[in-house]
Formats: sequence, C-alpha cells, structure tokens
Amino acid sequence: MQDNSAIELRGITKRFGKVVANDSISLNIRKGEILSLLGENGSGKTTLMNMLSGIYQPDEGEIYAEGKRVTIRSPKDAYSFGIGMIHQHYHLVDVFTAAQNIILGLEDEKMDISKTNEEVKKICDKYGFDINPEMKVYDMSVSQKQTVEIVKVLYRGADILILDEPTAVLTPQETDKLFAVLRNMKADGKAIVIITHKLAEVMAISDNVAVLRKGKYIGTVKTCETNPQKLTDMMVGHAVTLNIDRPKYDNPQPRIEIKGLTCVDAEGITKLDDVSFTANGGEILGVAAIAGSGQKELLECMTGLYPIKSGSIEYIVPESGERKELVGLAPMKIRQLGVGMAFVPEDRLGMGLVGSMGMTNNMMLRSWKNGKSIFFNRKNPEELAKRIWNDLEVVTPSTEFPVRRMSGGNIQKVLVGREIASEPNVLLTAYAVRGLDINTSYAIYNLLTEQKMKGVAVIYVGEELDVLLELCDRILVLCGGKVSGIVDARTTTKEEVGLMMTSLGGKEEK
Amino acid sequence: MEEAKKTPLIRLSKRDAMDPKKVWAIRIGSILVALIIGCIPILITGNNPFKAYVVIIKGSLGTSFYLKQTLKNAIPLLGCALAIAPCFKMRFWNIGGEGQITAGAIFASFFAINFASKLPHVPLLLVMCLAAAIGGALWAAIPGFFKAKYNTNETLFTLMMNYIAIGIISWLQGGPWEGRPGTQQIPLFDKKAVLPSVFGIHIGWIIVLALVVLMHIYMNYTKQGYEIAVIGDSYNTARYAGMNVGWVMVRTMLVSGAICGIVGFILVSGQNKTITSNVANGVGFTAITVAWLGHLNAFAMIIISMILAILTVGSSYLQQVLGVPSAISEIVSGILLFCMLGCEFFINYQLTFRSKVKKEVKA
Repeated sequence: MQDNSAIELRGITKRFGKVVANDSISLNIRKGEILSLLGENGSGKTTLMNMLSGIYQPDEGEIYAEGKRVTIRSPKDAYSFGIGMIHQHYHLVDVFTAAQNIILGLEDEKMDISKTNEEVKKICDKYGFDINPEMKVYDMSVSQKQTVEIVKVLYRGADILILDEPTAVLTPQETDKLFAVLRNMKADGKAIVIITHKLAEVMAISDNVAVLRKGKYIGTVKTCETNPQKLTDMMVGHAVTLNIDRPKYDNPQPRIEIKGLTCVDAEGITKLDDVSFTANGGEILGVAAIAGSGQKELLECMTGLYPIKSGSIEYIVPESGERKELVGLAPMKIRQLGVGMAFVPEDRLGMGLVGSMGMTNNMMLRSWKNGKSIFFNRKNPEELAKRIWNDLEVVTPSTEFPVRRMSGGNIQKVLVGREIASEPNVLLTAYAVRGLDINTSYAIYNLLTEQKMKGVAVIYVGEELDVLLELCDRILVLCGGKVSGIVDARTTTKEEVGLMMTSLGGKEEK
Repeated sequence: MEEAKKTPLIRLSKRDAMDPKKVWAIRIGSILVALIIGCIPILITGNNPFKAYVVIIKGSLGTSFYLKQTLKNAIPLLGCALAIAPCFKMRFWNIGGEGQITAGAIFASFFAINFASKLPHVPLLLVMCLAAAIGGALWAAIPGFFKAKYNTNETLFTLMMNYIAIGIISWLQGGPWEGRPGTQQIPLFDKKAVLPSVFGIHIGWIIVLALVVLMHIYMNYTKQGYEIAVIGDSYNTARYAGMNVGWVMVRTMLVSGAICGIVGFILVSGQNKTITSNVANGVGFTAITVAWLGHLNAFAMIIISMILAILTVGSSYLQQVLGVPSAISEIVSGILLFCMLGCEFFINYQLTFRSKVKKEVKA
C-alpha cells in the first residue's frame, strides 16, 4: 500500500486443534508509527505476533516485508527481516551481565565485551534507556530486565519491535519511562507494535489501534479519532458499563488480625517484613503491590502453606468474638478449626485445582477427607459440581471433563465456585480475574461483592489499579514485603497507590 | 535458497481429545505394525515369519503345559506392575521393584528355612506371606522416607537398593543359608513351605488376581487413592488441599513394597521352591513396562503382562523348533514395545504434511 509499510499481513489464519486462534487477519504495520494491538485475553493478539517473530507458522495467509513475500520460520529469520519481539516472560540468563545477555546467541560475534558495552551504551543514550551494561541480571528490577530485552532486540538491528503486554509488571512511573523511550524510537523511524488490553495506555501511546476479537480482525482506527468507550465496544462487541457495583456493608467487624508477620524464603530472603493489618467481615480489602512484593506469601501464610518466622495471625470468630491463633497450624488443622478460610490461589491449575481431573473430583479437594470411611464420598461433590456448572454457566461437556482442557475463564469459575460453596468466613483471592475476558471478570467481581454483603472478609490481591479502586473498600499497599500503607479505596487515587507501591509510605526516595 | 524458505515438510501439532474407540484402534494397530516390522529379522535368519508367529502362539498357549509356563511367567510381572502403579501415579519413580521383591523373598525364606519343622502348613505360608510383605515394605519405605524428608532422588535411591538386596542373598547363599558346604546354594524348601496348586498352577495366580481387584478399588475409590492422584498431578495442589505429602509418599511406598514383597513370596514359595540371588530376574524392571503400557489401569495390566509372557515363553519354543536364535525373538519383543509405546505419540499429536497445507490454502 503506502511506501512506509514495514510489514504487512494478509489473510493470516492459525488453528490450534479445533480452536481458531486467528481467523484470516490482515494488518499493516508502518514505519515511524506505534500500533496498539488491542483485544481481550484470548483474542489472538500474541498468537498473531508470534507468527511474525517466527515462533509459529501460519496455516494460511501471507506475510510481506517491505513489499516482498516472506516466510518466517524461526526467530532468526525474523531478525533477518528486522523483526524483534519482547515477550511477556523474559528470557535472560540471571548470572550474566546485561551486555552478555545481549550478545548471547549471536554467532558471528567475537565476544569483545568492552566493544559490546560501548555499543549498548550508544543504543541506550540514543533512545534514553537507563541501564548499566555490566550489571548482572539477578541484581535487576523487572523494569531493568525489560530494558535489557528491548536493547537486545535493537542491538540485533530490529526496525520492527513487538512488545507483548510490556506494562503488565511495571509501576505507573516505570510505564511512563517506557513510553518516553518508545516515542524516541518512533521518532527514529522504527515500527512499534504494543500488545495490550489496557485502554488508558492505548490512548496514551499509540498512533493507531488495531482491534481483535475472538481471533477475528475487527478494524484499525486512528487513536486521535477514538475514545476508550468506542474501543471497548470494538473489543467486546457490545457496550459494557465499566462501573463495578460497590455497595456498603452496614457493620464491618474485625475478622482476621495480623500482627508483625514476618517470613523468610528458602534462600533467606525476607518476603514479608513486620506486616500488620486487620481484615473486616463485610469488606473487600484490596492488596496492591508490584509482582513479587510478598502478596503471594501473605495469602499462603494465612492458609498455613508458607513457613512463618514470627508474628501472629488471629481469626476472630463471628458473634462470640473468640480469638484463634493460626500461626503454626497445618492447612488441614486450620480447616478443622472451623475457620472457614477459602482461598483462590494465583496458580489455578498448579495449586487450586487438579488439571487432569474433572469438576467433580476437583470439588473433592475440599471434602475428600470428610467422614471416617476409607472410601471417599463422591455423591455430594458431584451435586456441587452440577450446581456450579449450572449457576456459573461453566462451559464444559460434562462434570468429568478434565478442567485443564477448559478455557481460562471456566477454570476460574470452577475454582471460585468451589471456594464460595464452602461458605467461608474469610475469602482470599489472588489475581482472581487474571487472563479472563471482561464478562467473566465482572461475574467474578459480582461473586466477591455478594460474599462481602454476606459478611465475609474478602481479601483481593489484584494487579489492575482501576479495578482495585472500584471494587475494594480499603486497599493495603505492600512494598518490598512491608506495609506501605492502607488507604480508603473510595477516596484514593491511582497515582497515590502507584507511588506507595514503589516507595514505602508513598514518599519519593532519593 | 527458495526451497529453504518454504514451510517444513512435516509439522507436529497437538491433537484434541480422541474418540476412545479410535485410541484403542491405534493401540491395536500398533501391535500389528510391530508384527509386520518384526518379520524383517525373522526373514533375515531365513525363516518364514508367519510360521514363526504360529510357533510362538503354539509354544505359549498351544498345550496346557505351555499355557502354564506362560501364566507362571505372567504372575510376577502382573503382581509387580500392580505394586508400582500407585507410585507411578504419584510420579514417584519407584524402579526398585527388583529389590523389594528380593527383600520380600528373603523374609519369606527365613521362615521357610527356620520354621518348616515348627509350624503347620497353612500358618507357615501365612507367616511367610506376612513377613515378605513387611520385608518389601521396609525396603521400599527407606527411599520413600528420604524422598519425603530430604527430597533425595528416588530413581537412583530405589535402583541402588536393588543391588543391596541382591548382594544380601549372595551372602546368604554362600554363608548362613548354604545347603551342602561348597555348593553356594540354598536347599529346596520343605514341602510345607511350598504354595499349593489350583488347576495345576500354584495359587499365586489367585493372589495376583485378587490384588488386581483390590488395587483397582484402592486407586479409584479410596481417599488414599485420591491423595495419590492429586499428588501426581500437582504437589502444591495436594498441599493446598491439606494433604500431608511426605507421609503419603512413605505410605504409598509401604503399600507398593508390601505387594512387591508378596510377589517375592510367590516366587520363592510357588515358582522356585527356593531362593537364589536372581530371584527377581528382571521382573521389577519389566513390570515398569507393563504398568506403563497398561496406563496404570489394573485390568489392562493383565493383558499386557500376558502379551509379554507369551512372547518370552513362545520365543524360547521358537528357538527349539525353528532354531531361530533367542536374540531374534528379543528383537521382536523390542520392536513390539517400541511400537506400543510409540503409538501414544500419535494419539497425542498429529502430523501435517506440506502438500496438505497447500491444498487447504487453495480450497
């Protein structure tokens, strides 16, 4: 089409078994432009880009680089056409320095590290990156690792950069930094594609937005001519209100009181440092933190799955007000104490469910030990499975169908459904809506709010600040394993929470 | 150069769930393929493959004598496969069936040698069986304990335990239990320490069939079986569900070892009527194949153990009748195992050829 076309896709189709991940998609990526590839999770964004970076091959369709038809069979091929992708999960060698990682895998390299260091510095200065080429990767923050990945791609001469969900693990401040760099690269004539599902970022950074929905190409629009509401409509197909219903519970009572909780991992690194807070019944307490700040350990400590060094976790029995200490108890003991602690862990198939089993056998994870018989009772779990199947509209051929083969949203419905069915007094959730489409996410928000209105103490560890601000009553912010502060979700702002996530108490360091 | 840029000739992709009937058709088909490929080595030795296969069947199932031989071969294989199935379900790689059988055999032999004159027939056999179960269980529990407590590698540990058990028999053979001095052999057991026969075969076959049913129930309907299945899928899910993973490991090894021990008892009391250092004779290893090919399903393992026994017994007859070297029949067995295990790949993946892809594009 135009002369500034860098890569053009025509009629690309990719199938995985019966699933059509990409259905005849055509797309034009131009030099000197930032294109957002927008779509819900599972809409086929990453699959499409993986075909450009040589990880998959299309089943049908053609790819043109600078007007010439090409076949990209490997990431190496991709580099030869100037295409470089920065994946969501970084592929770096921890014990190597930034520069060593950057030249890793380049065959015709004479391993002149000092020369590489210089060149890396040159690239960094040109675009405004901030890394030290001699720094070891294990000393780096997530954002620095991402920078290494980007520089690695630039070092290999990529003119077309594809970034898969680059902001998922960044703080708002780091995101701003990244965007500044991307703008510099755009000015330099690079073509940039950002895969994302965050509308605010699409509006902030991109020139054009291409929208995918369920593997189909919906259209491309100019960012300046659209707005978040229109984009949402394109993404989900029909208008959805972005408001999450947040009723107030009349009389919140303390349910869990944590004092001075400290825990250390196997390597001796402190994961939680003197954490104290109270979770109330009839309240959703959000937990906001950058990935790896101790939120996972916090929930696992409360369920007896993580060794605790010191501190106390007290459960306050509703009505009687009696206090029960949970520290030092095995998970089964905590359950037998009648605490009614439900837990939706982050790793759904690796911790919350058994992937190879059907819904019924997964329901048994809660009830398998009931009764004195050496045989398990399968009747009640089966009824429960059928009830969840109906009530939560789980899409599965039967209650015996392995949950591993269900879609992410249905897997989460099975897990959340089971945990709520245990009629908990405390409900812990970690990234309950990660990877879910908007409709399922809202279904989960409603379930959590319903529990809150029943007087359950809900703890919601989340990653999207917008959701935390709209769903929760209070937000506990963790920073490096310490409590950075607890704020009222109704009055706080995204910037305030973001700042607290990066620096203790929200005060700028330096 | 242009050629190199084309899509690869053959690509692999993961299949959706297959119709179970089709899955079994592929599995049976793989046996047929193996038999066809197996013709090649037989042809090389200058024999008629079709005739050879008939001889194998005749020599393993043809007469009641050969049938009994085949069943005797299948009994320990099936027993040991049942024993290691729960371990494998738990993804605990117990390759120490050999040692656990041997340990059970030693414990049973101790009573056979020392108590034959003091105990009546049935109580003696019961004591031997119980002792064998305890011996095998203890032998298996040691690696189980260390895995649970210190996360040692169970594969190496169970393997090493095999050699220790075999070494102990060698010592007993030449030392405390030696029959006539200098023979390096343990004498035959007293008649009272020998398993009775039903339908001409020692009652080990009844014991093993009973174990098939018990193991099926244990794995599919008990809380303990459920724990094993959950741990096998995800260690963390088991912890999350409040299971004591370490204890389940030790307990499962106790069960597994006890059954192996009983197999050892059947071998010394029913089959050999004495104990030698090669009492297990590779059963502990072949049983891994049986368990795996049977997909850890207790009933499927009956068929698999029979197929392997038919091959073993039939091929020795083949050697006698047609003079086909036994090495050739071992090659045929190898081809069979290769095809049966290899077909699982085609059940999980499908191949797409380049030409087919192009046709799709045109269509």
